[in-house]
Amino acid sequence: MIMAKRVGIEVSIALAEAVKLANVDVIPAYPITPQTHIVEHLSEVVANGEVDAEFVPVESEHAAMSCCCGSSAAGARTFTSTSSQGLLLMSEILFIPGPMRLPIVMAVANRALSAPISIWNDHQDIMSQRDIGWIQTFAENGQEAFDLTLHAFRVAEDRRVSLPVIVNIDGFTLSHVVEAVELLSQEEVDQYLPPFKPRYRLDPRKPITMGPVGIPEVYSEAKVAHNEALKASRRVILQGWKEFADLFGRQYNPIETYRSEDAEVLLITMGSISETAMTAVDTMRDKGQKAGLARIRLWRPFPGPEFRKAAGKAKILAVVDRCLPPGAICGPVGAELRSLFYKVPGAPKIFNFIAGLGGRDVTVERFEEMVDKSMVFARKRPKELYEVIGVREK
Amino acid sequence: MADTDAIVGWKTITFGCHVMEPGSSARFRTGDWRSQRPVIDREKCIKCGMCWIYCPDMAYTQTEDGFFEVNMEYCKGCGICAHECPKDAITIVPEEG
Repeated sequence: MIMAKRVGIEVSIALAEAVKLANVDVIPAYPITPQTHIVEHLSEVVANGEVDAEFVPVESEHAAMSCCCGSSAAGARTFTSTSSQGLLLMSEILFIPGPMRLPIVMAVANRALSAPISIWNDHQDIMSQRDIGWIQTFAENGQEAFDLTLHAFRVAEDRRVSLPVIVNIDGFTLSHVVEAVELLSQEEVDQYLPPFKPRYRLDPRKPITMGPVGIPEVYSEAKVAHNEALKASRRVILQGWKEFADLFGRQYNPIETYRSEDAEVLLITMGSISETAMTAVDTMRDKGQKAGLARIRLWRPFPGPEFRKAAGKAKILAVVDRCLPPGAICGPVGAELRSLFYKVPGAPKIFNFIAGLGGRDVTVERFEEMVDKSMVFARKRPKELYEVIGVREK
Repeated sequence: MADTDAIVGWKTITFGCHVMEPGSSARFRTGDWRSQRPVIDREKCIKCGMCWIYCPDMAYTQTEDGFFEVNMEYCKGCGICAHECPKDAITIVPEEG
């Protein structure tokens, strides 16, 4: 058996290699910064005959997701990728494959939204599409981007799940960096990922209707059935990670913690800034501060029990959002955690920090600032439930 | 409404809300929310079939004597037939009761 090899590779290319190794059938895609390298590489490997797939160069992201729905309904393993404005152009169609149980896999290279125009990284694009009813994970580094992509196909196509999955990778700060990634061999991937066998597919020999009208008498039932399927996917997501660990030795959890056991203040992060946050935790620990980190890898379905367990006995949560929802009470991750802990006895105090908008660096010092401010806020409650970190007040 | 209340819950609804039986829409009687109906005056009718051609729901059929009749299980009372009839043989009247 050809064993996995550790190579220096751009994360976008590693992710595209995972899609190739997954033996994808159809890739309808439209290029947009910073997702471009993913689909460029896939169009190359298809053109070179390295994978037996159709690359459909669609005329827009709206068409890309429409084409994904069609090919997935026909029983083809389907992948696409987008970013920012492209994700928003898909929006109308993004709500469809969930309830229709079409296991499309998509990588989103997270990027800010206009206006003003920004090609740089934050989470405003995906947070605007939070409720599309897909499973959503966030990768921290290149290895995770590769591994989570394979996991995404495995979970999406599991007949107990049959739901679409998004793997989020931070634009540029993850998509465009070269990292050491252990690429699995074809034999290894084949061990982990069985061929796609849908429960139902569009077939002229056995016609069925997908996507009929949901009259008022059945619409609620259809929505609840989808929601319950999404919640129940949790078990298969965990199982998929466990089997991945058994085969390849890398264990993933819905929530990852770092030096959190005796932490009084926990930083809560998603995505690639978590690596900087870990450095910040080390720095603060060296100074004697009891700081720790909990990183959310699985965003939808939200792993409530795992998060409560991970938060442990922390007195304060400093929740980092990469998204500023105008006019809201606080950021989306902050709101989620406030709901989770509302009126729970012994719940930690929760403070929300909006950071890293439109590619602004979130440095070690910024994380230290959040922890320090949280400790001050714990003594004297602030007026607002969130603060935008590092914004110039002049 | 009573029918579906009795049979479909979120646990029993079909996977993905798919309709597993082909052609089942023929059984869906779409005319039940009609608020008006066409009435054909056979004295004026010249059997030209314009009503049959224009009906968007294909609710018209030709009978053996050459006249046209409407299947009220599918007619939605849109009035296109009356608008298109070159002899004004079709009148749209309100559904009562």
